Parts: sequence; structure tokens; C-alpha cells
Amino acid sequence: MNEPRALLILNNLSKTYGSNRVLDNFDLTIFDGEFFTLLGPSGCGKTTVLRMIAGLEDTDTGNIQLENHDIGQVPAEKRPINTVFQSYALFPHMTVFDNVAFGLRMSGVAKEEIAPRVTEALEMVRLGEFAERKPAQLSGGQQQRVAIARAVVNRPKLLLLDESLSALDYKLRQQMQIELKRLQRKLGITFVYVTHDQEEALSMSDRVVVMNKGKVQQLGTPREIYEQPANLFVAKFIGEINQLVGEIVEIDGNHEYEVKVEGLQWRLHAEHNFKVGDKVNVLLRPEDVRVEYIDDPHPDQYLVGEVIERNYKGKTLDSLIRLPSGIEVIASEFFDEDDPSFDYSLNQKVAIKWVPGWEVVLPHEV
Amino acid sequence: MAPIFRWGFMGLVLTLIYIPILVLVVNSFNASKYGIKWGGFTFKWYEKFWNNEGLMGAALNSLTVSIVAASVATVIGTLAAVALHRYHFKGKALLSSMVFVSMLTPEIVMAISLLIVFMALGIKLGFISLVIGHITFCLPFVIVAVYSRLKGFDMKMLEAARDLGASESSIFWKIILPLALPAVASGWLLSFTLSLDDVIVSAFVTGPGYEILPLKVYSMVRVGVSPEVNAISTILLVVSLVLVVISQLLLREDK
Repeated sequence: MNEPRALLILNNLSKTYGSNRVLDNFDLTIFDGEFFTLLGPSGCGKTTVLRMIAGLEDTDTGNIQLENHDIGQVPAEKRPINTVFQSYALFPHMTVFDNVAFGLRMSGVAKEEIAPRVTEALEMVRLGEFAERKPAQLSGGQQQRVAIARAVVNRPKLLLLDESLSALDYKLRQQMQIELKRLQRKLGITFVYVTHDQEEALSMSDRVVVMNKGKVQQLGTPREIYEQPANLFVAKFIGEINQLVGEIVEIDGNHEYEVKVEGLQWRLHAEHNFKVGDKVNVLLRPEDVRVEYIDDPHPDQYLVGEVIERNYKGKTLDSLIRLPSGIEVIASEFFDEDDPSFDYSLNQKVAIKWVPGWEVVLPHEV
Repeated sequence: MAPIFRWGFMGLVLTLIYIPILVLVVNSFNASKYGIKWGGFTFKWYEKFWNNEGLMGAALNSLTVSIVAASVATVIGTLAAVALHRYHFKGKALLSSMVFVSMLTPEIVMAISLLIVFMALGIKLGFISLVIGHITFCLPFVIVAVYSRLKGFDMKMLEAARDLGASESSIFWKIILPLALPAVASGWLLSFTLSLDDVIVSAFVTGPGYEILPLKVYSMVRVGVSPEVNAISTILLVVSLVLVVISQLLLREDK
């Protein structure tokens, strides 16, 4: 792959509303042609970042560079950036065609060029035959696609999407995720997507930044963020995770440690540097936890727990298991076709282990 | 049993409200001059009104004042409503509550204060003072009508327009005005109606040189109700009724 080219650089952005610091010295570089997602809980500042890029929000400090030009002083209407709003914000008194043509007309595109471009954009979102309808005559998903067509028809350098799928129902949302991704590849436009839905972020993005309280928590590919969370916040925000507490008892060098967890000693890998005696969090995804019948022979060491809840999820069986220390661990297992008896009863004692290396060891925090 | 009471009660209320008006309308077509008994159907009172130059002149003056006042009030009121809705400025809360205060001010108070203002400023009472007076009491109705329509908008729409490259003036002409148009039109019609049949403010702020219909009718009635007055009143009633109905239809959510 070619060296990615920086398209948008956010430098040291800050924003304070009253006493509420929504954005705190925020830096970010977005590459040309990528599908980039800002992910975080509501109030983490992700929408503020998006609105700053669009020019709809002033920055207190810092600057925004698009292709090496500072666009901080360029008003929203002059930026080569378009937004798909959460509420779609279509113009109800205009037809679908006029909605999509609006941006072209505003920027003074030649009349004879407008119709073909609008038609092309509508075809792209498969709404060609709806051109003469009013927005109110369309379903939510169709309105969503009009909003996308209205933005991309201007051929922006950057397309911003603000929680654009959150108003749709689950099925439609899944469908639109795929469609958006396909559209992005086809257009080659850089997409910056804002969402609080981690599943959406993981499935669509090339890169994701996880934000909390106006700060970057982690920046990386979906896989890095899911498998190697940088801190407890990211680990907990992206999917479910089990948190065990351990203590470093020996350093084996090269980021290998002997860690005491739940009374047993394990040899674990960690990216961080620890000293002997440091407390650590050992994090395990529910699907990485292995539960076995305690009567079976076990060559490796294991923890013993008691099943306190079973939760049939269709695809998986989720079990809540309490360890002797009182910590509760969730294990999510796929059904095994060859084992029809696969199930646990409440209060059953089971053996718990995990694939070595699939755990994440982080400094202890609560 | 119950339906009879319900309908009976409603019928009674409606009768009490509308009988005087009905009598007036019927009498405007009554050939008998005193209106105590039915003397046959006639249009002659309407004809008499039509041929009465003094009355027709006053009617024409009334129309002129109403159209000018309603139009100016609509322009100012619409802009005020847009400003109240779209921009943040000092004293905005005060301004918007003052709109309601002026709507609720007794008309006689407004009439007297306008008169004092005109005298203080040395404005001659006549067409100009009349128009200014009418604009003043019409204005809040336009502001309220347009403002409440604007409040129903998704504000994000205006941001979307900006995002798509629209300047402030394009946003007003292409987005805000077309969407507010039903309310603007309804504000105009309401103002026109209010202005057309206003007596109190007009009585204070008009001069002897400029006669308008409601005042002329008022002075005629003092000498005794003539059937001509019934005819004029019926016409005013019909005009007001039609305009109010149109304005209400315009304000209904377009579905």
C-alpha cells in the first residue's frame, strides 16, 4: 500500500462551554480516502469535532488544516466539506431532486451540468425514480439516502456523517452500513463518521478514534482497538470484557511477566513496563474465555468457578461464572453441533481458562 | 335522552351568539325600512351603499389603509420573527415577551398612547398616523404567527443549507421564506382583517380629512340604524370571515 497522505490535520483543538471542557487539546490526522470513525459515549466531544471540521462550530484554540491550508477562518458555506446530519435535515418544501441540486445551485454550477449530476447521485443511492417526490413521502431509510446524495453530489473532499444511521431500525441500519461502506469505496471520498455504536464503528471503519471527555483514548484499526485496548475505558467501551486483578511477581524480560491472578501464577505478555509488585488488570473478552466440565482431564492450570447465570442467546450461550474471589466472569461460547449436551446447570462447578496470549494486561485502575 | 340535551344546549349557545348577526344579515335584505317585519327580499340597501359617494369613499380609504398597514406589518413582523428565531442578541427575551404584552394591551390604552406620540412628534392626524397606528397593533399578530411556524422547523436544516454553500441571504430566500410563507400570508390576512374593522385606535388617530368605513358607520349609527349600515356590516362580516378562514387554512399543517 502507498504511504497514506494526510488530508485533514486537527491541531490542539479545545472548546469550553461555560465550565464544561468538551474538547481538550485534541489532535488528529485523517488520511485521504479512508473511512474514519469518531467513537465515544454521548458528551465525549465527537460531535463537536465534526461540527468544527464542518465549520459550524468555532474553536477556542488550535487550527484545522485541509490539504495543508488552514481553514479555521473559512466559513462553513465555503468549505469543500459536506455533512450528513443525524436528523437528515432535508428541505421539506423541495422535491428530492431540488434537495440534491441545492448545493450545486449554491456553488453556481452550470445549469446543464446540474441535472446529470443530480441524476447520477440519485442513481448511486438507488433513488432514481423518486426524484420528483417530497421528502415527507419517503421512508426513513430513503430520506437517509437522499441526505447522502445531497452531500456527495458536491464531490466534497471530506464527507462528515453525524450519527447518520442511529434513527434507523436495526435491520435497516445493518443494510445501510454495508451500503455506506460500498459507496465510500466507489467514490473514494474520505468519510468521517461519528457514532456511539461500537459495533457500527468496528464494522465500517478503516481507522477508529475512541474518545472520552474530550480526549483521545485510542487511535487505531478496529482490530487493534478491540484486541489491544490501550486502557480500561476503551476495553470496556468496545464490547464486553472481563476484568481480573493480578500482581506482577516476576519479570521474565521482553515484556513477559509472571502474574499472580486468582491465587495462581500465569505467564503473561504485556505491552506496558511493570515492576515486581505492580497491580495489573487482566482483561479477557467473553468469547476468549473457555469453560470446561471440571471432571474432564485438564493438562493446564485452570480457575474454578460456579455457574450463577445462563443466558441463551441463540448463536451463543453466555454464562456468568463466579470465582472464589467473588469476581464474576462472563463466558460467551458458540454451540458445538457435536455436543448436544452442551449446557451447564446453575451452581455447577466448572473449569475456566483462556487461550494464552489472548488476554490484555494493563495497569490497575478501577 | 343525553344526546337531546347535548344538542339542545349547543343549539341554545349558538343561537344566542349568532342570532344578532343573523338578524343583521337578514335585515340587510329586508325591503321594509324598520326591520321589525319582513317586507320582502331586496338588494336596494346594497345599491344605496354602492351609490353613496361618501360611504364608498370611506370604504376605499379603509381598503387603502388596511392593505398598506397589513403589508408593512407583515414585512416588519416576518423579519422580527426570523431575528427572534435565528439569532441570539441582547434583550431577545425582553423583546419576545413585549410582543405578547402589546397584544394584550387594551386597545384604548394603545389608542391614547399613539395619539400622544403623534402629537409629541407633530405628525398630522390623517392617513399617515392611521397607517402607523394600524401597523402597531397588527405587528404582534404577524410576529406570533410567523415565529410559531419557524419554531416548528428543524434548525439543522439551516445548518445543512450553510453546509451546502448557501449564504445568509440564500438561506432566507430559499429556505426560511418558502417554509414560512403560509404563516406570512396568514399574518397578512389577519392584519388586514384587524385593520379593516378597527374602530377604537382609528377614532383616536385619524383626522377630519380622512374618513374610514368603520368610523363612518359608527357616526351613522348614532343618528339611528339605517338598513344601509346592515348592508355594509354584512359585507364586512363576509370579507372578515373569508379572510380568517383562509388564514386558518394556511396555518394548518400541510399534510
